[in-house]
Amino acid sequence: MNPASIPASGMSDAVFALTLALLLVAPLAIAGVALINAGLGRSRSAAQALLGNVAIVAVTTIVFALVGAAFAGYLPSTTGHSFQLAGKPWNWLGSGGLLLSGFASSTAQVQLGILFEFLAIAFAAIIPWGSGADRWKLTSGCAAAAVLAATVFPLLAHWVWGGGWLAQLGVNFSLGAGFLDAGGAASVHVLGGLSALAVIWIAGPRKGKFPKEGFATALPGHNAAYVLFGCLLAMAGCMAWNTAGAILWLHAPLAALPVTAINTLLSASGALAATFIITRVRFGKPDASLCANGWLTGLVASSACAGLATPGESLFVGLVAGIATPLLVEVLELAVSIDDPSGAISVHLVGGIWGLIAAGVFAPQAGQFLAQLVGVATLLGLVFPLTYLLFWLLNRFFPFRVDSDGERIGMDLHELGGGAYPEFVIHRDESYR
Amino acid sequence: MKLAGMLVMTAGFFLAIAALVLFPDPAPRTAFVLCGIAVECLGLGVAIRSHMQNRGESQS
Repeated sequence: MNPASIPASGMSDAVFALTLALLLVAPLAIAGVALINAGLGRSRSAAQALLGNVAIVAVTTIVFALVGAAFAGYLPSTTGHSFQLAGKPWNWLGSGGLLLSGFASSTAQVQLGILFEFLAIAFAAIIPWGSGADRWKLTSGCAAAAVLAATVFPLLAHWVWGGGWLAQLGVNFSLGAGFLDAGGAASVHVLGGLSALAVIWIAGPRKGKFPKEGFATALPGHNAAYVLFGCLLAMAGCMAWNTAGAILWLHAPLAALPVTAINTLLSASGALAATFIITRVRFGKPDASLCANGWLTGLVASSACAGLATPGESLFVGLVAGIATPLLVEVLELAVSIDDPSGAISVHLVGGIWGLIAAGVFAPQAGQFLAQLVGVATLLGLVFPLTYLLFWLLNRFFPFRVDSDGERIGMDLHELGGGAYPEFVIHRDESYR
Repeated sequence: MKLAGMLVMTAGFFLAIAALVLFPDPAPRTAFVLCGIAVECLGLGVAIRSHMQNRGESQS
């Protein structure tokens, strides 16, 4: 690609370089969530879990480059595909070429936006992988990621970031600045959380999770160190992610960027503090995995509103997210019989929706709250049924669930032929003799 | 049952979109969008209920 061929886009060289640098740091969030997914699963499935995360990133990258980016849209000469309803244009599909043809002629800002979307679909697709841990086949996990990257995500990305109908709610219906999702709360986290719910419903719970009699069995994650280090990686990645998103989608000035990063940190910190206190009061000691979930929920909620809220409001958003997370994890498992090893539904789905609503509450524009509500309604009422239907059909051709023998011996041995920790020897506890 | 829940959720989405088109005033528009989200929650509840029934049947 010849950089000289890129036309001027209104973005200065310094801002371009800063945004690109931030986008190169943002994958740390993906690495963090991948570690959390692996740590919250069982030791006998750890290698399969991490290989799955890497494979899903690879699959989404290839599929999004092949077809997804064309639907998301990047060509400057056209505005995408739209229809007229009630005298308003409804732009529902983007315009582009297969395998990014014509991409080099896009403006610098559009190119950075597409890079952002490459990272976003990789992030969104690894979220359900954690929820299907210990029972979801690698091949069908990759197939589901391909389906997301080719269909649902490009549509949503175009509606939210590509000038689609959700982004145009402000122009067409006087709803603030249109649906705002600078850090990917909708297109990454809520989409990932909804996909996780679909996977959990289709694949079913892990063997022995819900016995015939008594309460749900606790199946704790095998490595709390992975989980907590993943939280720190996710913090670095999300700060870069939200700051890059503020530049690209909110057109924030440079002076507003430090506050965006601080808001991200404040939201996560408030959430961790709230979860720490709640689990300390409830169980007598703070729970490491729930605290990690709380921290991550704070980061997720901040992805919608870090560029719009004040530091005080961001702290409030984090506190609410941190209070809700441990309670939701318990309710989902005990009352609703949902086996979600990584907590994706309470962290990414509920945290993302809370962040989107908070962005509407705290944004300065009139009508923004309603725009955010319409976005949430679209996610729940259109994106979720579509995702569930596609995954249900996919399950007919590539069954999601591994056979019972594979689940018994662990996904590492069954799918990869070797474990993640070959020098660990599992033996009987001598004290029981 | 789960399919019915999904259809109800989709109906809620179209209710929210209809509110945008039919009501120019902010108050009724907001009320109808909230109604649309409430219908979606109802559909989600039906789908969750179906999931719990299936779990109960597979356990017994």
